[in-house]
Amino acid sequence: MSATATASVLTRRSSTVKGDEIAHLVTLAFGATVVLITVLLVWNLWGASAASRSKFGIGFLWGTNWDPNAADFGALPFIYGTVMTSLMALAISVPLGVGAAIFLAEMAPPGLSSACTFLVELLAAVPSVIYGMLAIFTVVPMMREYIEPALKGAFGYLPQFQGPMLGVGYLTAAVVLAIMTFPYIIAISREALLDVPHDQREAALALGATRWETTFKVVVPYARLGILGSIFLGLARALGETMAITMVIGNDSTLHASWFAPGYTIAAVLANEFAEATGKMYTGALVELGLVLFLVTIVINALARLLVLATTRKGSAKAA
Amino acid sequence: MNRLTFRKIVNNVMLTATGLCTLLTVSILFVILGYLIYNGGKSLDWGFFTKLPLPPGEDGGGMANAIVGSAEMVGLAALIGLPIGFLGGLYLAEFSGKFLGFAIRYTADLLNGVPSIVIGIFAWALVVVPMHSFSALAGAIALAIMLIPISMRTTEQFLSTVPNALREGALALGAPKWKVLATVIVPAAMKGILTGMILGVARVAGETAPLLFTALNNQFWPRGIAQPAASLPVMIYTHAIAPYDDWHRQAWAAGLVLLAMVLATNIAARWILSRGISVQKG
Repeated sequence: MSATATASVLTRRSSTVKGDEIAHLVTLAFGATVVLITVLLVWNLWGASAASRSKFGIGFLWGTNWDPNAADFGALPFIYGTVMTSLMALAISVPLGVGAAIFLAEMAPPGLSSACTFLVELLAAVPSVIYGMLAIFTVVPMMREYIEPALKGAFGYLPQFQGPMLGVGYLTAAVVLAIMTFPYIIAISREALLDVPHDQREAALALGATRWETTFKVVVPYARLGILGSIFLGLARALGETMAITMVIGNDSTLHASWFAPGYTIAAVLANEFAEATGKMYTGALVELGLVLFLVTIVINALARLLVLATTRKGSAKAA
Repeated sequence: MNRLTFRKIVNNVMLTATGLCTLLTVSILFVILGYLIYNGGKSLDWGFFTKLPLPPGEDGGGMANAIVGSAEMVGLAALIGLPIGFLGGLYLAEFSGKFLGFAIRYTADLLNGVPSIVIGIFAWALVVVPMHSFSALAGAIALAIMLIPISMRTTEQFLSTVPNALREGALALGAPKWKVLATVIVPAAMKGILTGMILGVARVAGETAPLLFTALNNQFWPRGIAQPAASLPVMIYTHAIAPYDDWHRQAWAAGLVLLAMVLATNIAARWILSRGISVQKG
């Protein structure tokens, strides 16, 4: 091979490598935007909440007073409302959602299972403001007229079930949230259940277990990490849910023991007050609430993703 | 009672219970649809698409400005967010190393999980504060930020379904990697990517929370992207919580329009995807 030919091959090769490197760097720059956005987001929220952070310190988290006129702000009523409604929602949606996932993964014929899964995924696509509007006109009157009086009659001796029944409040918000978290729990739990190897089921059935025993004692424990991941994802959704909650929780920034009482969540107070907030302190306190919400959902999401990741890794390792 | 009979009874009871769970959760969609079609259908008329909103007490009116405002903001968000997401997804699928790939993928998933109201605060601090005004631009940027991680992961997902034989074949012919991507891999995955992106756009089109204090609201026609703008979801919110019956009727009509758009997009996209995948397998 002559020297010039070698040189031309070399330059051609280096030019292709150069093109690839440019493509690599350009796409990397765009990929890195998510990291940039996340960093900017934290930095912005941190900066915009400076006034409130320096005045109230860490005590902001358990301050119970929220008085914009006196510029005195505490986050506890909102944190309590957010955590309470989310946990109550999960108490409703986890048994129903996991039950439905078991049916879809284990019992239903494939056609029915995929049709139902499709409908459940459509439920996830319904905008939150539509859930909120429907809740105002259906769930709220239903809670006021039937469910809350029934609960009061049955458990009225507990402080959670006392007080006026307005229809709007923690319990109503929890019911709406439960409906909104079904799709996540059902879809991801179903996939975790479907990933369980068939040998496991066959072995249990061969030992004489009934179908329910096979499912509950063998399949569900095998898929527990994935199911737990779906619950965490549902929880993260519930904590950050804004519109539907804002429309049914009643918007009252005082603490109540009763589950019938109107309350507030972090997301709801942001939706209601942020656009009208004036002054550095008021805005700062609201932004700090947003920062708290952000940190909590990030931690829960991170856990959920790791759980889902762990199960898929385990599943693929077993299959190989 | 015999132990076996007891176990069989438990079996049947629990299996029926899981069936009931499914019935209950799935039937919610039909309840939503039925109620919205009933109420929205009664209130929806041609004026809804052509007229401006009226003050409470005056019959008629529409939400034409909100439809235009939504289209404007969602379109602008798609123009900003989709290309960034697409190129980022290209990186994740084709160029990323182990560590950077994991870091970006994980951050995208976390960003996707950030509550939309927090994204709203971010867009407020980023655009509204420096510009000293609520604006359609701020709303569009909030929606674009939500769209970036969605479209990034979608692009990656569909690029990774392209068989490696295609890559190897093109590379073996001597084409550089960027050319292989531009002429072989991306076109092969384009249908899936576009469908996924349309799903993402449909999702942000229904978002209310990030618009509340970025685009705010407006009772009139949108006047440029530096001004506050109305959007369909925010209009539904303000009209549904107001105590006026004629506003409720408008809210039902708007809800029906929004839900019909979102569901139609989703059903069409899934139909295309399911067909596309079966063709690829065959």
